[in-house]
Amino acid sequence: MNVGTYDCIVVGSGIVGAACAASFAKDGMQVALIDSLGAGLLATAAGMGHIVVMDDSPAQFLLTKYSQNLWLSLSDRLPPTAEFQKCGTLWVAADSEERSEVERKHALYQDHDVSTQILSKNELAVLEPELRQELEGALLVQSDAVLYAPIAAQCLTLDAASHGAVIIDSEVISIGQGVVNLRDGRILQSQRIVNAAGERSPQLTPGLPVKKRKGHLAITDRYPGFLRHQVVELGYLKSAHTLSADSVAFNVQPRITGQVLIGSSRQFDTTSEVDHAILGRMLARAVEYMPRLASCSIIRTWTGHRAATPDKLPLIGPWPGDETIFLATGHEGLGITTSLATAELLSAFFSGQTTEIPIEPYLPARLGEGCHA
Amino acid sequence: MPDLVKMTIDGAEVNVQAGATVAAAILMSRSGFRRSVHGELRGPVCGMGICFECRATVDGQPQQRTCQLHCKDGMVVNTDE
Repeated sequence: MNVGTYDCIVVGSGIVGAACAASFAKDGMQVALIDSLGAGLLATAAGMGHIVVMDDSPAQFLLTKYSQNLWLSLSDRLPPTAEFQKCGTLWVAADSEERSEVERKHALYQDHDVSTQILSKNELAVLEPELRQELEGALLVQSDAVLYAPIAAQCLTLDAASHGAVIIDSEVISIGQGVVNLRDGRILQSQRIVNAAGERSPQLTPGLPVKKRKGHLAITDRYPGFLRHQVVELGYLKSAHTLSADSVAFNVQPRITGQVLIGSSRQFDTTSEVDHAILGRMLARAVEYMPRLASCSIIRTWTGHRAATPDKLPLIGPWPGDETIFLATGHEGLGITTSLATAELLSAFFSGQTTEIPIEPYLPARLGEGCHA
Repeated sequence: MPDLVKMTIDGAEVNVQAGATVAAAILMSRSGFRRSVHGELRGPVCGMGICFECRATVDGQPQQRTCQLHCKDGMVVNTDE
């Protein structure tokens, strides 16, 4: 049963797929966006929704900075339920080594026109009085923001639909050679099939080097005024980015409701149950930095899976194994931040225009021939 | 006569029988419990610490289940903050 040919078919309406569909539809393409779950319900809903400039690598820095600017331009058009807040990120230093990291990060961000401010111990205590006293200051990145990502994904999906995209509620069982097969028997055709299925993307494109990286989050009851910025330990760079071992890091976010969202953990684990041992470590870490969190009530804990790649950069562009397949996956913990830039890069790639930033660092081909089946 | 303790509920001074729960004291004070996010009235439903509907700020500590706390002399309770 063939039900249509499209200029582009986007598989997965998480934040990345939704952003792609909106962008391509605005370019005038006939787009189909397919997901069996509705917009933004897997990793998009499980994550923190932190829109953050990160500097793990120059390519990560360029992509997150470009995408953050796109979010800041879009923010006026988001509804209040998307809870967009430009609250800034405080990268806190626990010792002199981390304090020198504040200086390094400050210099780098300044060089690239990202406004930052170094805070002394006392200035930090004024901005976030619940942090423990014995910290060595922090770097404030003013342009960082937070939002409620499932609503943002819904908005992008509606945006796509209003520009003519067809939203299809069905499970995709296979893609390739210009054909998309759905569980309900329908068959769609396109010379551009975008695999934006996140953690599920390797099931649809075997050989794709994306692994599930599990994370835990906890959210408290409402404590208005307890926290004002997203606060992340600089040790995050040491602890959260080692690729092998399980790790936890202090990472908290204020919600508009006064709730505090507490992260983070990283494990290569495909199960979705809450792992109480690592959750306990994560919460203990948070209490080390904010002692009075210990007397706050947590009302919910949950897990999610990040779609992780070997080099911690997303896969954006043509898949060498099939000329009709394009990837928009592997965004690890930065999918909310980098979704809009991913869509813009692919959109420019499809229309043959020059991309705003070089696309090469994110092309799937960088990982070599050995990475696909 | 049972012992009385003196406490403050939403700014008003009230005398309550020692050993009563804070939830009972709030009921007696006619101050009313917290309101939901959408402005609906809330009150103690289960009285045994499960439903979380009777929360109030007690001595500066927010989100306390008042059905699980005994009244103490000098206690300050705020039901809607």
